[in-house]
Amino acid sequence: MAGNREFYYRRLHSLLGVIPVGVFLVQHLVVNHFATRGPEAFNRAAAFMENLPFRYFLEIFVIFLPLLFHAVYGIYIAFTAKFNTSQYGYFRNWMFMLQRITGIITLIFVVWHVYETRVQAAFGAEVNYEMMANIVNNPFMLWFYIIGILSTVFHFANGLWSFCVSWGLTVTPRSQQVFTYITMLIFVALSIVGIRAILAFA
Amino acid sequence: MSENKTVRFIITRQDRPDSAPYEEEFVIPYRPNMNVISALMEIRRNPVNAKGEKTTPVAWEMNCLEEVCGACSMVINGKPRQACAALIDKLEQPIRLEPMRTFPVIRDLVIDRSRMFDALKRVKAWIPIDGTYDLGPGPRMPERKRQWAYELSKCMTCGVCLEACPNVNSKSNFIGPAPLSQVRLFNAHPTGAMHKAERLRAIMGDGGLANCGNSQNCVQSCPKGIPLTTSIAALNRDTTIQMFRDFFGSDEV
Repeated sequence: MAGNREFYYRRLHSLLGVIPVGVFLVQHLVVNHFATRGPEAFNRAAAFMENLPFRYFLEIFVIFLPLLFHAVYGIYIAFTAKFNTSQYGYFRNWMFMLQRITGIITLIFVVWHVYETRVQAAFGAEVNYEMMANIVNNPFMLWFYIIGILSTVFHFANGLWSFCVSWGLTVTPRSQQVFTYITMLIFVALSIVGIRAILAFA
Repeated sequence: MSENKTVRFIITRQDRPDSAPYEEEFVIPYRPNMNVISALMEIRRNPVNAKGEKTTPVAWEMNCLEEVCGACSMVINGKPRQACAALIDKLEQPIRLEPMRTFPVIRDLVIDRSRMFDALKRVKAWIPIDGTYDLGPGPRMPERKRQWAYELSKCMTCGVCLEACPNVNSKSNFIGPAPLSQVRLFNAHPTGAMHKAERLRAIMGDGGLANCGNSQNCVQSCPKGIPLTTSIAALNRDTTIQMFRDFFGSDEV
């Protein structure tokens, strides 16, 4: 590799996970939550997002490319770790392992989810309430989605915690502890939003 | 002395750096106030394993015998620590001894910690004071700062934090928590701070600071109670600033 790029790749990986990927995730979960108000509300919201100006530009530069980098570099990070929670069963060590495992689960989930929705849309399918209702009609797929959402939201919330450490925001043990509570609250809150939305399709 | 109390050991041994490890069991007579070192000395005095066979004495390293040199670090009952500070009365039996396999094993419990000393050289863990003439006294260090810096100076390069770290392994080139914390120590020193940017750039290289995955096993395992994760987070902040300085420009050295 041309010189010492690792530091910048890691920082970029950390940044992209929050901005824009994390921001998009929150937005996506919130828009999906319209499904709890019925099919028409969801379809209106989905159509609004679909008809945003510069849609392809936004999709490529706000979602696809950052996500691709985060995913590919994340796989590398996950597979350079050697888990040792059986020997060192500390809370943060568990979170370290869960962050990497949920990262891989999330990647599998997102790839499948994008194939089922955005790629199908590119082939002419219409992304609407009915499409999702058909997907989660299958109990296996419903559970796949529930696990996928929980894993994604956990990865995001705990990733926020490590983002704060990696960029030098939370230095003291106390501040890191408080941010553990805050990010876990974010995990619970976003999980509720996501699970409510997916159950609205079921 | 009349009661025949014994201590059982299961020791992971290895004859050569490239040979396969194997376990050997030992039962030695108990004495009050024994530690793992004195038990290993007993085995060396009479190298007979639990089956009564004569064997080679177990090789290990030691030096200070008071937990300040780091030489006798090994994995005792699953946790890396110093053998000199591991009291037999406080250990569950059979006592399992293994080398810290994050490092190359030379023989039995002897490991090669050169990578840590190489890392200290790489991060410039010293304060340059030599000149062609007397440079005079350096700037004073505030007492408050000296106190927390003293905690960081307790590092004995024992290798326990590297052994506990899930990101220090054969698949990664992470230099580990100990040398990182030394960067914070030497950057805190008023004279050392004159080379702050050099040290920060060294840990911004491959295998440096960014490889930390925040499992925080290091701070839990450090026998000296060094706030390693606080050091790493502080350095994360310093390197963030350094990165912007280097890119956008700054009059700070």
